[in-house]
Amino acid sequence: MADIDYGGDGPEPLNDALITGNNNTYKSIENQITRLIFNQRTHPKSWLFVFVVGFLLLNLLMMAMTWLLYKGVGIWGINIPCAWGFDIINFVWWIGIGHAGTLISAILLLLRQQWRNSINRFAEAMTLFAVACAGIYPLFHTGRPWVAFYWLGPIGPNILGLWPQFRSPLVWDVFAVSTYASVSLLFWFVGLIPDLATLRDKTENKALKVLFGMISMGWRGSARHWERYETAYLILAGLSTPLVLSVHTIVSFDFAVGIVPGWHTTIFPPYFVAGAVYAGFAMVLTLAIPIRAWYGLKNQITMRHLDWMAKVMLTTGLIVFYGYVMEVFYGWYSGNQFEWAMILNRFKGPYAPFYWALVFCNGIAPQILWSPKLRRNLVVLFVVAQIVSIGMWLERYIIIPVSLTRDFLPSSWGYYTPSVWDLGMYAGTIGLFIVLMFLFIRFMPIINIFEMKDLLARMHHAHHAEDDHTATAPGSAHAALANAEE
Amino acid sequence: MAQVQAKLSGARGKKYWRCLEELAETPEFMDFLVDEVPQQTRAIATGLDRRQFLTLAGASLAMAGMSGCRFLPDQKVVPYVSQPEDLTPGLPLTFATSVLRGGYATGVLGTSREYRPVKLEGNPDHPASFGASDAYTQAELLNLYDPDRSQSVVEDGKLSDWGRFNLAIAAQLANLPADGAGLRILSTTVTSPSLNDQLVGLLKKYPAARWHQYEPTGKSSSNVGTGLAFGESVSVVYNFAKADRIVSLDADFLLTMVGSIKYARDFAEKRRVHQGAQTMNRLYVVESTPTITGAMADNQFPVKPSEVLSIAQHLAAAVGVASAPGAQPAPDWIAAVAKDLADHKGASIIIPGDEQSPAIHYLAHAMNVALGNVGTTVNYVDLLEYGDPKGDQLGSIKSLADDVKAGAVKILVLLGGNPVYDAPSDLDFKALLKTVPLRIRLGLYENETSEYCHWHLPATHDLESWADAHALDGTTSIIQPLVSPLYDGKSAGEVVSILRGDMLSGYEVVHRYWADQGLPGNFEKTFQTILHDGLIKDSAAKPKNVVFKPGVELPAAPAASGIELVFRPDQTILDGHFSNNGWMQELPKQLTKITWDNAALMSPATAAKLNLVPSDFLIESDQKDAKVVEIKSGAASVKAPVQIIPGHPDDSITLNFGYGRSKAGQIGNEIGANAYLLRTTSSPGYATGVQVTDTGATYPLSHTRAHYSMEKRDIVMEATFEEWVKKPDFAKTESTTNPPKDKNLYAEAQERDHKYEGFGAYKWGMSIDNNVCIGCQACVTACQAENNIPVVGKDQVSRGREMHWIRIDRYYKGDLKNPQTFFEPVPCMHCELAPCEPVCPVAATTHSHEGLNQMIYNRCVGTKYCSDNCPYKVRRFNFYKYSAGQPWRPGTNYDLPVLKLSANPEVTIRGRGIMEKCTYCVQRIDAARQTAKVEEREIRDGEVVTACQQACPTNAIVFGNLSDKESAVSKLKDQPHDYSLLGELGTRPRTTYLAKISNPNPDIRSQRGTERE
Repeated sequence: MADIDYGGDGPEPLNDALITGNNNTYKSIENQITRLIFNQRTHPKSWLFVFVVGFLLLNLLMMAMTWLLYKGVGIWGINIPCAWGFDIINFVWWIGIGHAGTLISAILLLLRQQWRNSINRFAEAMTLFAVACAGIYPLFHTGRPWVAFYWLGPIGPNILGLWPQFRSPLVWDVFAVSTYASVSLLFWFVGLIPDLATLRDKTENKALKVLFGMISMGWRGSARHWERYETAYLILAGLSTPLVLSVHTIVSFDFAVGIVPGWHTTIFPPYFVAGAVYAGFAMVLTLAIPIRAWYGLKNQITMRHLDWMAKVMLTTGLIVFYGYVMEVFYGWYSGNQFEWAMILNRFKGPYAPFYWALVFCNGIAPQILWSPKLRRNLVVLFVVAQIVSIGMWLERYIIIPVSLTRDFLPSSWGYYTPSVWDLGMYAGTIGLFIVLMFLFIRFMPIINIFEMKDLLARMHHAHHAEDDHTATAPGSAHAALANAEE
Repeated sequence: MAQVQAKLSGARGKKYWRCLEELAETPEFMDFLVDEVPQQTRAIATGLDRRQFLTLAGASLAMAGMSGCRFLPDQKVVPYVSQPEDLTPGLPLTFATSVLRGGYATGVLGTSREYRPVKLEGNPDHPASFGASDAYTQAELLNLYDPDRSQSVVEDGKLSDWGRFNLAIAAQLANLPADGAGLRILSTTVTSPSLNDQLVGLLKKYPAARWHQYEPTGKSSSNVGTGLAFGESVSVVYNFAKADRIVSLDADFLLTMVGSIKYARDFAEKRRVHQGAQTMNRLYVVESTPTITGAMADNQFPVKPSEVLSIAQHLAAAVGVASAPGAQPAPDWIAAVAKDLADHKGASIIIPGDEQSPAIHYLAHAMNVALGNVGTTVNYVDLLEYGDPKGDQLGSIKSLADDVKAGAVKILVLLGGNPVYDAPSDLDFKALLKTVPLRIRLGLYENETSEYCHWHLPATHDLESWADAHALDGTTSIIQPLVSPLYDGKSAGEVVSILRGDMLSGYEVVHRYWADQGLPGNFEKTFQTILHDGLIKDSAAKPKNVVFKPGVELPAAPAASGIELVFRPDQTILDGHFSNNGWMQELPKQLTKITWDNAALMSPATAAKLNLVPSDFLIESDQKDAKVVEIKSGAASVKAPVQIIPGHPDDSITLNFGYGRSKAGQIGNEIGANAYLLRTTSSPGYATGVQVTDTGATYPLSHTRAHYSMEKRDIVMEATFEEWVKKPDFAKTESTTNPPKDKNLYAEAQERDHKYEGFGAYKWGMSIDNNVCIGCQACVTACQAENNIPVVGKDQVSRGREMHWIRIDRYYKGDLKNPQTFFEPVPCMHCELAPCEPVCPVAATTHSHEGLNQMIYNRCVGTKYCSDNCPYKVRRFNFYKYSAGQPWRPGTNYDLPVLKLSANPEVTIRGRGIMEKCTYCVQRIDAARQTAKVEEREIRDGEVVTACQQACPTNAIVFGNLSDKESAVSKLKDQPHDYSLLGELGTRPRTTYLAKISNPNPDIRSQRGTERE
């Protein structure tokens, strides 16, 4: 199916519609999305290029982790006083990125924001993959991962007669992150089932038919199926919603519970959650902008989507920036010499360039998104998303090594320099993320087919009845549609 | 391996875990599971090929899954066939002996485990140790077990044995003329009566033979100085316990001078202030290089080395000695110091440094005589060093060099020492040595000198040999071996006996000598008593009546010109004695905190003047990449990295001895700069007119954390004596980090009765007196020896991974030119509300009922969160498997069995990935508990002595039971100037500090900042 013409090379129009183009039918939507799977030639050279880069980096990750297990965490740049470095920075960074998926899936679902429909699938996938990358760090940053992997979990007492120490935020972390990962996985998979069934039905390849048949779990699209699906999906959304807030809140407790100046602050939970959403949307944009261009999905992921995502980013960015301002204010207002010294150290200590880069990346650069014109310029938007990703990484750098290297006793002050293995492992997790993401693009429907069809139905419906613009529930039209298709 | 992998890949599902046990039976697999790291460290060090890498990759990932299972080695131990009478396996034995430093004895009690020494403590009865020790004494243990020690007789680079040597030397001696002309002995300082007796006997047999002595940092100058002053060389014994006013003329009597432990103890007794104290002593230090003695000074005067003589002359004139006027103008403080000294006649000490010229020694003795100190604070005794001519070692080695040049030396026997490396460079000893027809060296190591000798003979360590020696006050100790020689070594006495042809064993040498000395009572009984006590009771030398010779014309000092270069023994490895000792190399230099190197020390102003740093240079915490300068004096030059040190006199550089060695051993080779290359016989203390050029290169120096300033934080609380008298509780009331209750948000938490209160009978706590801590770091090495703390090497130190459980924080305050220096030992605080405990996810750090903050190594998974959350940063992490002998330098191997002998079996060896920290020596608490339980009583105060406390020469560390209100530690905590470090945080540390009190002369305008920083 040919792409829809937007009318020349000019900028894409900002259209209120969530699906653009003139000749959209259920079939056209279905074909546009499923051809990425059925017609493997659709994938441009860029796919291969990025995948190869990701795969090489993934191999680097395997090397880095093997060497890590063999030698010990001494291969990293961590030291005393700075016993956490890239490991925890990257953990928090990846977890943060993982936030947008659930937010889009769950909270926007509950808030009945239908514009989520075209981006939720790959945002969820992104979440899963980011959590997978994040999950590597807390385990492998320990000195003895071979015992850490089960001593921190609740299986310990059966073997050792000893529970984890529940006062430690690291234990909360284990529960928060593993819960988040499992609920996200379920949510993603449950959402996939109707689409997997579509794939099963559409494919002419026997093997694929069997495969999709197995993983679509017998979905036949009956009204009862749809009803159960809707209930399950809503329950999962309800479960995920508090997780969006809790995971990063708990991650922030890793710091806020500590007494280190720069960590010990009550603003961390909201500011971390906002930061996570901020970073997550930046990553969704980073992925969405090239994908929609490469695969001709501009009708499904429209300028309206990008515009709204930019606005979410701008809003959460302002919350994060408010957090920075408040940290400085608290440092001064507390009258505590250690807190104030920490602020001054950020301003003019050895890592001052990092701090000011952070202020630029997260505080100043996103402000250009106030301008609708710039916001809708995809190059600008893409660049801002990158800057935000860097900024959010810097934020964790400022919080972790910069606080740890200059705490209470000047005699213990130190400096943190990452080693090549730190960089290697970081690059490696990026590789893992790319590989998983690009395999996903190639072998799974990256846009929710049935929800798009639902949306289309709604648009048609709305076209007929202008006053009934928002439907009651996102999936309520399915049954009717399914019947219509048959 | 393939088999294992095959089994693993075949294992599926539930069978997996059971299969492991089956798998573990295979020998290949056992190899892998010895610990988490397979025994392929060596393969890794030499590089991996692809196959090995993949093998390891697979294995590592597999291991990650299954190392929850532990497979302990199944080895049979054979018990004693006939049990030694005095030994209960598992219980330590203690023997008295001595170790030598610069030839003088320090009495020790050696803890022996199944007859293997594992720890040295000071002998409480010995006048040189008083039960305390210093880092040097502690580190002798590691020298004993040094794998690089020479192990057999070597002839011309080939292995040989004593039998061949005995034949060879007998033949060579027979070739000499009957009077032995051409036979020369070169020893280090000898205070051993029996060795002296042996040598005197040898000289009787060969009357034309001669015996020279040379010790690069010995007391030669002091001996010549007393010779000038009294007509004969005598030894000086200072009594700081009676001294209210002390002037140090560049004397580092608290650290590097022989007798420092006793001096530090006595000095501290006069310095310690407790509630109600009326006086404290006052220390003036004139010094040409910053030392810890200078750091303890109330008034410190940094001067160039060439100015010390002039100052001594001015001061002498001011206290009423007729002396030549000083060459340089008198500093303005002379009158004030002289008045203070005059007010304390008979209770003052003028102490000159060992490195100072004889003229300065002469003047110091003149002043001590004039001030009436002789007989009270200063005593003269018969020279404790043997040899001929007595004491003048510089003259002795010069005459040896002259004789070698003249071809008069046929056989040279070196008893220890390393003249090729450390003799004054103008003698060119290496070239001279090569001209001697037969060179024989006895030594602990095959060093630079052995390389040029025909025969190298392995020496026994002090802890392996029979010997005797004098302590600084003349008390004689008999040295008994704690362990039979590990290698094929012999003591100096035995080798001299071979030369004499009577082939006595070391025991016979000592035993026969003392049998002839007319000791009272049954000799065998007396001898046993002496061995038991470690010394001959009441054998201290009697004060000698000496008559001062006024008006002696003094040798002139070298004219001051240009930049001057100060030579000093290194603070940790001394003259090179500890070059190959990992503990001492890794022990940070007390002031600069450099490890594993020496450096050209200079003031910030000098460095700026030489364009080595910008003029607005601020001392930052890490000067990792130090500029390398070339220091040229005469024809010789060395390259050394620059280290800025506040309080160093301008236009002067200090370079410490002991580095730049080519044959020290795996550890000591090729590090640092050799200062001996620039030292000449004409001025052994310092060189003038040296040229310093920037080579443009940089060199990484490895510091432990070296930040210089307290950053206006009240970390070491400090006041002058007068301020303290007015407001004794200032440390509690004026501290910003320890705010009074009404200004403290956490006051309630701090006041709340703690759950550990009254829970058990014991509430352990520690008090550290910052006022008497001299920063010598004996505690650091003692802790290292007691607690099996690994050495991590220069690279790891530079990454901030040193493992010391106790560290001495050093801070400066005030002007960079003459700052006030503070020391603060920081072990684990054992906080009652420890921030480390709640954050550990696996409860690997917990609190005991007695208030110990404990580490459970087996449970630790290594998240390191506890360290992040520790405000004192006292936790140490095993980033690598340090305990297996971290390769301290590339290409070296320290995973050797002999090093494992030094481990204390009471303390767990920590594996990789585990956090560790100070335990308050819990093994000692438990040992005391066992004794107390057996005797059905409570643990007494003073029964538990931590390793740091035991080593501390100044009793700055006191440990005990806080629930006993009468215990020493409780009383110290009741002192008004007791304070908690970072008390504001509400951690309720069990370790608290006593504030630093100084006593500067109010008449001297302070160059230091007076107001709180």
